[in-house]
Amino acid sequence: MKHEITLTINGESVTAEVDSRLLLVHFIREHLDLTGTHIGCDTSNCGACTILLNGKSVKSCTYLAVRADGAEVTTIEGLSPEGTNHPIQQAFHDQHGLHCGFCTPGMIMRSVDLLNNNPNPTEEEIRWGISGNLCRCTGYNNIVKSVQQAAEEMQKEKQATV
Amino acid sequence: MGHSVKRKEDARFLHGKGNYVDDVKLPGMLHMVMVRSPYAYAKIKSINKERALAIDGVLAVITGEDLAQYNLHWMPTLLSDTQMVLPTDTVMHQAQEVCAVIATDRYVAVDGAEAVEIDYEPMDAIVDPFTALDEDAPLLRPDKEGQENNHIYHWERGDREKTDQAIANADVVVSERIHLPRIHVASIETCGCVASYDKDTEKMVVYLTTQAPHAIRTVVALVAGHVGLSEEKIRIISPDIGGGFGGKVPVYPAYVVAIAATFLIGKPVKWIEDRSENLVNGFARDYHMDCTLAADKDGKIKAFKVKTLADHGYTDSSANPSKYPTGMFSICTGSYDYDTAFAELDAVYTNKAPGGVAYRCSFRVTEAVHAIERMVDKLAAKVGKDPAMLRLENFIKKEQFPYASPLGWSYDSGDYEATLKKAMEMIGYEDYKKEQAEKRKEGKLMGIGISTFTEVVGAGPSKDFDILGIAMFDSAEIRVHPTGKALARFGTKSQGQGHETTYAQILAEELGIPYTDIEIEEGDTDTAPYGLGTYASRSTPTAGAAAAIAARKLRDKGKKIAAYLLEVSEEDIEWEVGKYFVKGAPEKSKTIQDVVFAAYTNIPPGMEPGFEATHYYDPPNLTFPNGAYICVVEVEQETGMIDVKRFVAIDDCGNIINPMIVEGQVHGGLTQGIAPAMYEGIEYDEEGNVLNGTFMDYLVPTAVESPHWETGHTITPSPHHPLGAKGVAESPTVGAPPAIANAIIDALAPLGIEHLDIPITPAKVWEAIQAHS
Amino acid sequence: MIPANFTYHKASSVKEAIAKAEELGEEAKFMSGGHSLLPMMKLRFATPEHIIDISKIDGLSYIKEEGDVLKIGALTTQTEMEYSELMREKYPIFSDAIKLTADPSVRNVGTLGGNIAHGDAANDQPALMFAMRATIIAEGIDGTKEIPIDEFFHGFYMTALEPTDVLVEIQVPKAKKGSGGAYHKVERKVGDYATAGVAVYLELDDAGVCQEIGIGLTNVSAVPMRVDRAEDLLRGQKITEDLIEQAGVIASEDCEPGSDLRGSEAYKRSLVNTITKRMLNKALERANH
Repeated sequence: MKHEITLTINGESVTAEVDSRLLLVHFIREHLDLTGTHIGCDTSNCGACTILLNGKSVKSCTYLAVRADGAEVTTIEGLSPEGTNHPIQQAFHDQHGLHCGFCTPGMIMRSVDLLNNNPNPTEEEIRWGISGNLCRCTGYNNIVKSVQQAAEEMQKEKQATV
Repeated sequence: MGHSVKRKEDARFLHGKGNYVDDVKLPGMLHMVMVRSPYAYAKIKSINKERALAIDGVLAVITGEDLAQYNLHWMPTLLSDTQMVLPTDTVMHQAQEVCAVIATDRYVAVDGAEAVEIDYEPMDAIVDPFTALDEDAPLLRPDKEGQENNHIYHWERGDREKTDQAIANADVVVSERIHLPRIHVASIETCGCVASYDKDTEKMVVYLTTQAPHAIRTVVALVAGHVGLSEEKIRIISPDIGGGFGGKVPVYPAYVVAIAATFLIGKPVKWIEDRSENLVNGFARDYHMDCTLAADKDGKIKAFKVKTLADHGYTDSSANPSKYPTGMFSICTGSYDYDTAFAELDAVYTNKAPGGVAYRCSFRVTEAVHAIERMVDKLAAKVGKDPAMLRLENFIKKEQFPYASPLGWSYDSGDYEATLKKAMEMIGYEDYKKEQAEKRKEGKLMGIGISTFTEVVGAGPSKDFDILGIAMFDSAEIRVHPTGKALARFGTKSQGQGHETTYAQILAEELGIPYTDIEIEEGDTDTAPYGLGTYASRSTPTAGAAAAIAARKLRDKGKKIAAYLLEVSEEDIEWEVGKYFVKGAPEKSKTIQDVVFAAYTNIPPGMEPGFEATHYYDPPNLTFPNGAYICVVEVEQETGMIDVKRFVAIDDCGNIINPMIVEGQVHGGLTQGIAPAMYEGIEYDEEGNVLNGTFMDYLVPTAVESPHWETGHTITPSPHHPLGAKGVAESPTVGAPPAIANAIIDALAPLGIEHLDIPITPAKVWEAIQAHS
Repeated sequence: MIPANFTYHKASSVKEAIAKAEELGEEAKFMSGGHSLLPMMKLRFATPEHIIDISKIDGLSYIKEEGDVLKIGALTTQTEMEYSELMREKYPIFSDAIKLTADPSVRNVGTLGGNIAHGDAANDQPALMFAMRATIIAEGIDGTKEIPIDEFFHGFYMTALEPTDVLVEIQVPKAKKGSGGAYHKVERKVGDYATAGVAVYLELDDAGVCQEIGIGLTNVSAVPMRVDRAEDLLRGQKITEDLIEQAGVIASEDCEPGSDLRGSEAYKRSLVNTITKRMLNKALERANH
């Protein structure tokens, strides 16, 4: 059965017809051609599919597209205007927080939510905060450093605008 | 070189613009889903396609019978065995591919797969490799001519008699059976392909998750040549790869089915495996090693013997060089100076998935190092000597390199003592020993574990190393444009190792062109020079060397051009990075850019225009990185819970191209080392069912399980490599498990526990404690 | 990875949800967070023909103290509970459990109601519900039901809820002087289900005597359970170290764990013993604070 949904993706309003069982991750990747959000497992463990839904990190493989009707979704492509870096993206670059890049979009989107809730996390809080995102390449040390740098930058930016 | 240059390739990954195989969309593309066997060993009585074909959108169901018509139902493996693409009568392991459903849409394809009706007659599977050679064991491979039982091959190296005698005469002998269970690389991107055949051009293009695109192209040409696919019409494109670790080296049956499907249908076919398919297909390790280490009463090693039973699954499809069915296992004599050893191995068939060489193992070096490092600790415990001291007393000394190991390797260079001492200093070894003594008095379980390993990477010299006959050289092709910018292509294929940056660094160092002006490409077999791919830490030792030598060829050409432009003879020209100048008159100079421009516009008479060089590098030897790792743990007796308090890794990989990237590789390898040490292991029941085939139960470490790694390095350059560099990325996965195992077992030593196989989980620790009390 | 076909229905109110469930019958399931149900559907272990999405119903997400109870709306997410000041300060047993439940992204969507209604002894919240002697409030065809937790779990994935019942609220006793609770579970890695988990909640009077106590267990039985025998031992007593020792032993005897990939039966019983003692101590500490 098909349902009409309207949602905001990376700031743009999108209307589409979707099957009841279409997963949000497939809607994003196949219907919207936004392939930056990845699929890494089938049991909601790896987090490669993480996006922001109404500002919160959500595993888009475990969410029906039809349920996203009326929601505001941000994917990695929408995190920062073309050619620019969000402080988190910059930090991952500066601290070598990525190797193959496959877990990276999910890891970054999760970090956005993490830092929203906890702007000044300890190393332990960062590790627990990204525990739903698996990485096989980096050994996590530099991902932690990336989030730490991002936290610092974002605090500075906040203070600057105050 | 030597600078922590940030990575050139990051931008696209940070912005979600990577191009992985599942991102590839071609017009008219169809989707393929595999139907897999629920049984480990069964006859196929019938396959009924009707219900599946009746679903709107399902176009075809391909079975072994269908492929048999084109003689494509079996394919050769890299080790001269054969493997089913799709079965015609018998399935040999749980999750084996049985048939393929092709549909217009991924969702419909899954429905189609559910609707195929297969009637199986299950049989008793061989799961325990020790029963594979029983009198009454079923013959698993009646298809192989001359195969009378489930024994695949016997391998041995060394002097059996001399070793047996040395053991018989030794003051101290320690023995243990060590099993390294199956594990799976579980890169976050699973395997997949988009195969696209154009019936007009007769060109087959395959986007493939592969670490070795050229080898695959040649294999496809050999396997499917008889149906009309010829090598110049096959193009393998390995785009961005989401992690390889050896899991993307094999030719998986589904690739062949997709290629056959597109060939017949003429439309692109995409196949992407689910994680639960990925985890039950293909594996690493599964060696049962009976080890014996002999020494004198002071712990000076006299001899080492190991007899291994290798569980290969139902066919030998391990991706070893053809003359090395057991990979580099014979490095099992380790970092120690003695001259007597014997290693033998018997490989058997069982009803499990095929494979064996993967998971960052350097062709079985993980198995070899685990064996010797566990036994050295057992020896230390037996003679009552500190494990660090015992190692220092037994190490091969710096002056002894190149060192001829008892089983035939020529180690190129190393300073093992310096590496271990650095690790001891960095962790504060003596302080921890004191702390341990105190804690033991209080009945607390604290352990310190060491692993000092010699690795062997960079396969390899053509006289010894080939994959299916193709020598394991590698290549670099450099072309510099008139405006002084360069494009370089390689026969390797990064899956996250940062080649776009490190190769550019090498070329920048050799040619003086800024690394930001150098574009690096890999992975498209139509354009890249032939190479054997990236695995077993071979890229820097082979293609890195090729890059340096090709660059030096260009530098030599440049020297001639500079001499011409500066109107002096060649002997009067000197080089400083990026600049040629006249000896004694440095103000008379030409930059590399000047010289390159001249190669297109003002060519010296008689010289070939352009500025391009290719080199195929045949390494004279492998390279031998080494390391010293120390781990400190605390174990809670009541619950078996293990707390890794510190882990220090000192690696020696010779000269370092990019310290940031090397450090990152070490971190990653260490996490893939603690994983099999404490969390991962594929479990089977007696019927051959895989019990933990999803991420819910196959426990890949998160950032919480992964410790805060502390790393450092010593540098002993490789004397034969043009850059003095060795490989590094597999070292930590090789060296970490024994360090962690040794630490946990050391913690439990006061309770009388002498050995535990990995993965050492809290449950396993608890059971061992109960058994010993 | 792909669920079987089904039809999605959205309910905008509890009344609508009940009506739809009545209309569609046994083949319809409610979905709130969907992070227990949808994974099962993706592996095709569950194939309901209809899904009634109740996640968008307004007014079912709240945490408030009223009278002598704490009321939590069934659609309150785990994250909302995690960051609730009220919960953190006065009901740390929830913080203990939530921190160990799945991972932050799953907790953004997973609801308290869903975690309980699923009827799974592997979920963490049922043990807390037993410890705190919760009352489950549901709305059905015949109006509102108040179900004491001891009557809620009937069997493996089976609860007292009819297919037309919507779980709307959970009530637990309001924190007061002398009350305290704690939860811990041992897991193989972060995000895993419990190898064994224990929730303890108790109320001491001014003389330090235990007036009420609940001990709930996670994943060591087919159906979520409490340890009655240990509770009876401690109720009405000043809880001494010796009593704690005994309680641990009873808990280890009365649970019904199976041997599986997480460990042997013996191991799990031993863990139940250890964790019960530790949680009793921690609950006492918090009660005396």
